[in-house]
Amino acid sequence: MDLKELYKDIILEHGKSPRNFGKCEKYTHEAKGYNPLCGDQVQIYLKLNNEKKVENLSFEGSGCAISIASTSIMTELVKGKTVEVAKKIIIHFLDMIKNTSEIKSKDLDEDQKTKIMSLSGVKQYPMRVKCATLAWHTLTSAIEGKKEEVNTEKID
Amino acid sequence: MDINSIRSQFPIFSKKINGKPLIYLDSSNSSQKPLSVINSLDNFYKHEFSNIGRSIHRLAVNATNKFEETRMSIKNFINASSKEEIIFTKNATESINLVANTFGQKNINKGDEILITDLEHHSNYVPWHYLREAKGAVIKFAPINDDGDLIIEKFKELISSKTKIIAITHLSNVTGTIVPIKEIVEIAKKKNIPVLVDGCQSAPHIKIDVKDLDCDFYAISCHKVYGPTGVGILYAKKKWLEILPPYIGGGGMINEVKKNKITYAPLPEKYEAGTMPTAEVVAFNESIKFMKSIGIENIVRHEKELTSYALEKLKKINSVSIVGNPKNKAGVIAFTIKGIHPHDISTILDEDGVAIRAGHHCCQILHERLNLIATARASIGVYNTKEDIDKLCDAIENCRKVFSSK
Repeated sequence: MDLKELYKDIILEHGKSPRNFGKCEKYTHEAKGYNPLCGDQVQIYLKLNNEKKVENLSFEGSGCAISIASTSIMTELVKGKTVEVAKKIIIHFLDMIKNTSEIKSKDLDEDQKTKIMSLSGVKQYPMRVKCATLAWHTLTSAIEGKKEEVNTEKID
Repeated sequence: MDINSIRSQFPIFSKKINGKPLIYLDSSNSSQKPLSVINSLDNFYKHEFSNIGRSIHRLAVNATNKFEETRMSIKNFINASSKEEIIFTKNATESINLVANTFGQKNINKGDEILITDLEHHSNYVPWHYLREAKGAVIKFAPINDDGDLIIEKFKELISSKTKIIAITHLSNVTGTIVPIKEIVEIAKKKNIPVLVDGCQSAPHIKIDVKDLDCDFYAISCHKVYGPTGVGILYAKKKWLEILPPYIGGGGMINEVKKNKITYAPLPEKYEAGTMPTAEVVAFNESIKFMKSIGIENIVRHEKELTSYALEKLKKINSVSIVGNPKNKAGVIAFTIKGIHPHDISTILDEDGVAIRAGHHCCQILHERLNLIATARASIGVYNTKEDIDKLCDAIENCRKVFSSK
């Protein structure tokens, strides 16, 4: 295993200077996620417009470099997409992390795919997979308007 | 003390982690096991196995004798008054649950207070929380200062006429604070309040003398004391074990069973229902022999020296902050590195074969008090060396390299 596979420059950079950090204005949906193993928390703020498009997406919280970078990259990739597309991207991301090693999504361009694949190193570190997936599960929860906090120990 | 001879007794140290020698700094979590303990388990199952207690055959008699020999060794090891005061449990967590449950049933009512501290592991808080839920008891938390020391004056102030029990750790698994239990017990005795001590972290690292401490209950997990998993100890003064109700019901803990009446076994069996972890209890005797062969004074001296060395070296690394600075500190060193989350630290250290723990270490109350979400923790065992500390510091340096390489 090579640490550089996990801590790629793009991960470290997003981890240090996350995009879309803070509460976005006039958000319509929000959800909380919690990883009881480490105490990490994330809060997702989502603004959907009338056409069910993600007009804005931001987050607050604390976590490791993997968790912050994964959340930051997620907000970048999902912003501007419709809810339907966003849901597909989430499924493809989780599939890439857990099962396949590729991203099958037709809704992302090559640059976006490269960005999302930067998180693939996590596959080699089973203890860290939940760090990477917390925000994505929390985004699903926000989209679906669920009230209950997402808990990484209660999802697959 | 010959450290090489001690290390050579631990087979795991010949193992390579990621192609590198294992630097095990996670003994607060669980200690590694000497060969004598591993061999005892193996030998017992191969040549001596039988359930203990009732059977008449020779194997059972031998197993029972060996099981009781461990109880006697523990009695001597912690200087209890009699072997009836030594109860085998699953771990310290179960020992504390046993007391919270039985003492709570009998002595805790609505509005009664249980005094614990901000230093407690979840296992010395959650069992008391059950009483808060079930009985309407009140839990009070004695505060600490920023160094991680208990503020004795505040602790005294929190004792009231409603305080029914004090439950307190002997050694913090985060700050390494050694709590002055004798002083606490003296304060409690003046008000006639029993004291339970969570000795999970202290048992492998400092001399335990329950007579001298004069505490009412003392909980130990054997897996942290170079012993097998699945065995814990509850020391309790006989007067308590005699009047408190039994805990888990079943075989082995009864005297006579009728359709309309059940009487219970005498101590210590009253609290040992069902088949016990026999092989593990027998093997734990080897852990005590191991500690005695080195001498607890030598263990204390070695670990103190190593802790000072580690603190000195870590403090020289600018980005490292040590959590707490207690007056009397054992070899538990929680730290943070500026700009690097503890989970990332742990993953990177692991690549270098350095095993530490990252997270809240089952002490969310303490982390909240210290305004921390998570910390990295290096904890020392008798087998650690200055070279281990050097490797830890090198690995921390590597962490910083990984994180500054972009």
